[in-house]
Amino acid sequence: MIVVEDLRKRYDGVQALDGVSFEVREGEVFGLLGPNGAGKSTTVRVLVTLTYADEGSASVAGHDVRREQNAVRRTIGYVPQDSGVDQFGTGRENLTLQGRVQGMHGRDLRTRADELLELVGISDAADRIVKNYSGGMRRRLDIALGLMHRPRVLFLDEPTTGLDPEARVAMWDEVSRLARAESLTILLTTHYLEEADQLTDRLAIVSRGKVVVEGTSADLKAGLRGDAVQVELESGAVEDAQRVLAGVGATPEQVLDDRIVVSRVENGGRALPGIISALEGAGIDVASVSVSRPSLDDVYLHFTGRDFGTEDRAA
Amino acid sequence: MTVARHTWFMTVRQARNLMREPIWIVLLLVQPMVWLVLYGQLFRNVTRLGGFGTGSYITFLAPAIVVMNAFFGATWSGMAMINDLDHKVVERFLATPASRISIVLSQIVRSAFTAAIQAVVILLVSLALGVRVHTGALGWLVIIVAGILVNSAFAGISQAIALLTRREATMIAVANFIGLPLLFLSTTMIARPQMPGWMQTAARFNPVDWGVRAAREVVLPGTDWGSVAGHLGLLLALSALTAAWATRTFRAYQRSL
Repeated sequence: MIVVEDLRKRYDGVQALDGVSFEVREGEVFGLLGPNGAGKSTTVRVLVTLTYADEGSASVAGHDVRREQNAVRRTIGYVPQDSGVDQFGTGRENLTLQGRVQGMHGRDLRTRADELLELVGISDAADRIVKNYSGGMRRRLDIALGLMHRPRVLFLDEPTTGLDPEARVAMWDEVSRLARAESLTILLTTHYLEEADQLTDRLAIVSRGKVVVEGTSADLKAGLRGDAVQVELESGAVEDAQRVLAGVGATPEQVLDDRIVVSRVENGGRALPGIISALEGAGIDVASVSVSRPSLDDVYLHFTGRDFGTEDRAA
Repeated sequence: MTVARHTWFMTVRQARNLMREPIWIVLLLVQPMVWLVLYGQLFRNVTRLGGFGTGSYITFLAPAIVVMNAFFGATWSGMAMINDLDHKVVERFLATPASRISIVLSQIVRSAFTAAIQAVVILLVSLALGVRVHTGALGWLVIIVAGILVNSAFAGISQAIALLTRREATMIAVANFIGLPLLFLSTTMIARPQMPGWMQTAARFNPVDWGVRAAREVVLPGTDWGSVAGHLGLLLALSALTAAWATRTFRAYQRSL
């Protein structure tokens, strides 16, 4: 449904896209996951015809984003990161104008607006000025605007940024429901690992203008082969601990705060007793030990060699 | 065809939003009356200098106030575009098949439409103050058209500047910079023979003065229709030119995204 091949783009001397490629199949929810500044929004802006790539090509529903711009624009709905609603109009007026520039009119225009107001749950506020909407209501209207002309593909750029955690979870339910109700293909960008994990069928991790890995969340995590074992040491005997761990088949991966050794083993639960007794036998004092299933954090770290949280904050 | 329809939809949006601001409506209607009454009283005796073509200063002034008001309104018209750019309303339209030209044209049409409403208000107040338009209903129409054309000519410039600078502070500076000088370099408040020679020459190239001359010509006796048509024609050509410029700057804005 969406084919992206080797997109490259420079902005003011920065290589925003450095060869982005991926494919999105019909009917799936696909996520572009990455820290701020990784190139997710730029990729979306190329796909929705707002800007051009310097090199590479992309198509949406078989229409080339550069040569068949209006065909693409009729096929897609775009919900940008910064809303773009007319704050001085009502919700219904915003939807009506959106429908009109997409070529809708008459009864179809009116009933579709009503239907969407109902679907996203802002019917009661339909004839109120958007300026007085809450953040969550405005985001719902944004999504309704993107869906107005019954697009086949919906682009959601950071759909839950700026929402509180409760509204965020509600929005996830909403997006999943809409995807089914409107039989949509959805491409969303996010810098929340949890969001990508919960919401997407498949995802691509984007870092510094490139896709580093692509697949389902479960596959990516399984690809790490094993669980993370975190050993917190009483003393600072980090190197001794790493040597002991390696001896019992736990591959040391990194050290946090100079006293927590993270290593990876095939099956955390089964390996744990051996790890603890080996450490005790070597006279290393252990404060705590924990085992965790791999997370997307681990996937990011594994494929880029960088910590997701640190990178996201730095941008 | 699509351009016309989309321009209409977008103009309706802007006009409707304006109508929701009660203070704006009051200012829209009161402002022109303030000009008319204040200037009319302040310079009442100036007609004694001669060359005004009438002894009634308010009759001399009224058509020019229509044009001046249309001109001032136009210099600010880019502010609405900057607001739409800032709030990403323009970007949202750009991701749809909305006609690109309509996004710019609707701003100019909305601005000119406002000037037309104000022109009618000014003419009605003038009528109450005893101003008689020598050429009757056709004269009223000419005055309104002069207001619309002066407004659209400068609104095109204002939109272009808005798209180039994308900053309100710069817009305000530009509006102030061209506003009063162009007003004083015209025959809005004073008869041509009373102006210094160099100013008379400069006024000839001032589009504000083109509008004033066309509008005043139909109010005073001895109307020269050739001059009316000539000046309106010049304004129409200028409007087309500035609208084209605004559209070009819009394309440059799109490329910058």
